[in-house]
Amino acid sequence: MVDSSIDSWEVVIGLEVHAQVQSRAKLFSGAATDFGAEPNCQVSLIDAGAPGMLPVINRHCVEQAIRTGIGLSAEINLFSVFDRKNYFYPDLPQGYQISQYTKPIVGYGSVQILLDDGEIRTVGITRLHLEQDAGKSLHDQHPTQSFVDLNRSGIALMEIVSEPDMRSSQEAGAYIRKIRSILRYLGTCDGNMQEGSLRADVNVSVRRPGGDYGVRCEIKNVNSIRFIQQAIDYEARRQIQLIESGNAVQQQTRLFDSATGSTREMRTKEEAHDYRYFPDPDLLPLELDPDWVEEIRLSLPELPDEKKERFVREFGLSDYDAGILVAERDTAEFYEMVASGRDPKLAANWVIGELFGNLNRNNVEISSSPVSANSLGKLIDLVVDNTISGRSAKEVFEVMFSSGRDPLEIVSELGLQQLTDLSDIESLVSDVLANQADKVLEYRAGKDKLFGFFVGQVMKASAGKANPKIVNEVLGRLLKG
Amino acid sequence: MALDIATVRRVAALCRIRVSDTDLSTMEAELNEILHWVEQLTELDTDDVLPMTRVVDVDLPMRDDVVSDGDCADKILVNAPASAQGFFSVPKVIE
Repeated sequence: MVDSSIDSWEVVIGLEVHAQVQSRAKLFSGAATDFGAEPNCQVSLIDAGAPGMLPVINRHCVEQAIRTGIGLSAEINLFSVFDRKNYFYPDLPQGYQISQYTKPIVGYGSVQILLDDGEIRTVGITRLHLEQDAGKSLHDQHPTQSFVDLNRSGIALMEIVSEPDMRSSQEAGAYIRKIRSILRYLGTCDGNMQEGSLRADVNVSVRRPGGDYGVRCEIKNVNSIRFIQQAIDYEARRQIQLIESGNAVQQQTRLFDSATGSTREMRTKEEAHDYRYFPDPDLLPLELDPDWVEEIRLSLPELPDEKKERFVREFGLSDYDAGILVAERDTAEFYEMVASGRDPKLAANWVIGELFGNLNRNNVEISSSPVSANSLGKLIDLVVDNTISGRSAKEVFEVMFSSGRDPLEIVSELGLQQLTDLSDIESLVSDVLANQADKVLEYRAGKDKLFGFFVGQVMKASAGKANPKIVNEVLGRLLKG
Repeated sequence: MALDIATVRRVAALCRIRVSDTDLSTMEAELNEILHWVEQLTELDTDDVLPMTRVVDVDLPMRDDVVSDGDCADKILVNAPASAQGFFSVPKVIE
């Protein structure tokens, strides 16, 4: 809820997420989908809208949509239809986008999002449909011309439409992160927002709590979570100010300007939104074999919610730690490798504390972590078997992170092995006690707090290498006399 | 269902077809004749009839996810009125 001068308002948010399907070839043509190719080099005559070309659907893209639908706990429609959405724009050579209108491939579903206060909220998914992406226009290359690259034209997109179930920009951010996480677990979209693989149209309206929905504005094509949140906050404030100053919100399509963090109205002709959908006569309805859908259902990986539950149940992790570890598939897999055959809580502490801390500070993705799961595991083993102290381990980790080297090698090079031999420690302790005979008398006379002093002396005598636990045990025994 | 002149003008504009005012009324009459002809179908009860999507029993053909096309920028651009650096070049459009 947004506080304002006169009253409090409720912000109502729905998102249309456009997720690029992970596939080698396009939805209806055999042209490649790789990001960053030379302009117009991944375009077939179908994608260019050449006359007489016929679309043939990519089976894998259909499978990806079904997989995503199942991952969103949604109904899979065994009968769906492709329609033409008609409009003119230079990056749409066909003059229409092949999409799905009244009969999408995936129907109603839902996802759970975790809010900052720990509350879990369900956000409804209205539908998911398959459609073609358009080409890309560059407006800043020439003073009077726009340049058009059709490489993206015809790439398969899944449009995932949410119910208007979100009430703040934070919830919208949590929703996008959850959708992205599910898509990545499923391997159906790489979720890369910088490259445009995941972008969202954001619908925002405001109302008095419990009242009727207000008039909404749609902010088009926002491509980062931070921008989505900024756009929502700006748009909510704008609408509240309009209403409170006695004006009405106009239903509009708006653009987000990341330079100013504001939204502005799109210069669009009023007729532009008459898309005159009709079934594409080039394509038969998409009819799915229920056995195929079942086969896909059975092949689904463990998804973040299930994995989190398992981490809590099997590994005894806290909800919070488990939530962090499962948010990304790569992270969860890394953690499981580290935890395998080891104390899972200790592994979680190392992964979340040292590793994530260093990755974040250096802006490195876990997939290119200089410390592999295997070597982090070895480092933990060195602590557990008392070869090195926990404090030295952190030092070794820093070296591992900057060099990618093996922990044992670093330990021997830096001479960090702990002294654990009982008789060696006993002789160290005896020497210390002999040198501090007066303090020993004070201790035995009841000055308990001198114990820490003796520990410090022994550690000093061992150049910090004595195992503190053994030192404590030996000191306790020898001080009794 | 019948179309009026304003609707005909609007549909023509949406389709980017330039129609002179004198041709609009001819077009209105012709389009309405077509619509009336199709409207005969409403005389039949089609409540329990599924829409027919094919005349022979075939399913939507599918292809494998294999790159088999593209890499022909010269062919793609050959009919473009203007191109530059491998792009189509069009009068500036910016929203």
